[in-house]
Amino acid sequence: MEEAEKKQQQEVVVENMEKSEPAFPPSFSVSEIKNKQRRHFMFMKLKQEKRKVAFDEGTDEFSAYFNGLTNPKVLITTSDRPRGRTVRFCEQLATVIPNAHVYYRRGLALKRVIPQCIARDFTYLIVINEDRKVPNGMVLCHLPDGPTAHFKVSSVRLRKEMKRRGKDPTEHSPEVILNNFTTRLGHSIGRLFAALFPQDPQFVGRQVATFHNQRDFIFFRFHRYIFKNEKRVGIQELGPRFTLKLRSLQKGTFDSKFGEYEWVLKRHEMDACRRKFQL
Amino acid sequence: MQHDDVIWDIIGNQQFCSFKVKTKSQGFCRNEYNITGLCNRSSCPLANSQYATIREEKGQCFLYMKVIERAAFPAKMWEKVKLSKNYEKALEQIDENLIYWPRFIRHKCKQRFTKITQYLIRMRKLVLKRQRKLVPLSRKVERREKRKEEKALIAAQLDNAIEKELLERLKQGTYGDIYNFPVHAFDRALEQQDEESEEEEEEEEEDDEDVGKREFVEEEVEESDLSDFEDMNKLRTSSDEEQDDEEEESSEEEEEEEMEMETKAKALRSKGKSPANGSVARKKRAYVEIEYEQETEPATKSRATS
Repeated sequence: MEEAEKKQQQEVVVENMEKSEPAFPPSFSVSEIKNKQRRHFMFMKLKQEKRKVAFDEGTDEFSAYFNGLTNPKVLITTSDRPRGRTVRFCEQLATVIPNAHVYYRRGLALKRVIPQCIARDFTYLIVINEDRKVPNGMVLCHLPDGPTAHFKVSSVRLRKEMKRRGKDPTEHSPEVILNNFTTRLGHSIGRLFAALFPQDPQFVGRQVATFHNQRDFIFFRFHRYIFKNEKRVGIQELGPRFTLKLRSLQKGTFDSKFGEYEWVLKRHEMDACRRKFQL
Repeated sequence: MQHDDVIWDIIGNQQFCSFKVKTKSQGFCRNEYNITGLCNRSSCPLANSQYATIREEKGQCFLYMKVIERAAFPAKMWEKVKLSKNYEKALEQIDENLIYWPRFIRHKCKQRFTKITQYLIRMRKLVLKRQRKLVPLSRKVERREKRKEEKALIAAQLDNAIEKELLERLKQGTYGDIYNFPVHAFDRALEQQDEESEEEEEEEEEDDEDVGKREFVEEEVEESDLSDFEDMNKLRTSSDEEQDDEEEESSEEEEEEEMEMETKAKALRSKGKSPANGSVARKKRAYVEIEYEQETEPATKSRATS
């Protein structure tokens, strides 16, 4: 993996606002917890990395999406014989993501499913894996040859379990907030999430989907916001919430045996330095 | 001498046979050379001097035969014949090897061979299908991850982050003209810019003209009052940033903002319904606010966030 750029920072979170203002060329930084006692003074790194990254991003699998050529179309499915909770989770996910379809998996092999999806112009495939009646894994596959990310899903809260929630989300395309995806790997994952939603959000709907990365955990929230005045905004949570943890990122489409893995979670990496994170 | 009956008498009925497994209805024979797997007088390989079985090794089927002539040579007792992979040819091979053997053994050998080929075919088919791999979860690791997740959630302060992001977007005008607010923000920013430039000019002029003049003016909000008012601070600092056009934000201001955001967010935790009482009153007179900020922040007190 390419080394992340280091920036002179005192404390604070560097927010990476993807949707409204593409940070171009993107600046990467090391993701870690900074201690009061230990101040790291890091310096700006080589400028040629920026150019390479910009080139990569211009020509990678998402360039079609970011140039506005394709509209996302998402297929959501589960592992075999899904239980009620997983089914409901899939349905709610389908309401959150516009242009998403849920299909029942009838024991089909993913390898057969993928060419069919490509033939029907799907851009994304989401497979929710289930264990003991609870969703616990998610495979997110960008379709025409895209990267495949495998996540561990935890703390799933369905809509009826949310406190003080609002009404159901409408059909408007939500805005997307991607927070804190600072490293190179984080950046590519961020683009993966951004490409799930249509490029032009409908502000009339006042809905926002947030992917917030904190210490390698990605928290997903779905809110409806309202501006009370220009200094205050009220948010009301609707829609499901869950946390993701990236387990592996593969270059091509889903292929567990022969695929080329770009990044795999290794247990022992964490033991070396507890404050350093991948995403 | 081989006394099959005697042997059967002993191991089958009266005394102990180490290969025998008894259940309520059936007795089974665990001997690997047994042809049917049941404990019977005719299926016991120990109690029959002339015996034959089919066994399978790594997908290959073999016919094993035992005759009484070789009973004295345990190492060479079983004759092993490799069967052809073709089902019919193998059946013919069995027939030809077991010619003149008792009907029972021939029949059972062929039955066993059929069963074995069937399960070999099924094994080959299953390999091509999807295989479910069970990955073990380590309890310690799961517990650790759960705790880490909780801590990360607390550190994330999601609501604050989302609100901040939305306000930033509003300020930058990504929402266009949908909301009426941005005009105010822009005007205020302009006003402050004008004020600052005016102050510079006025310093040069002297105030001789205004001596003795009476004017009736409205109440002006002074700066000391404004320091109580978090929003003005935020607005001023943000407008300062825009003017100065610096990328690096000073730590103290950021901290102020963050702490203020926290207290403000706590105060304004909306119940989720649209605001019933319109906009919140700008000046909150009777409001106790706990601020930890200092103008010159000592280094050790700076907050560490990730």
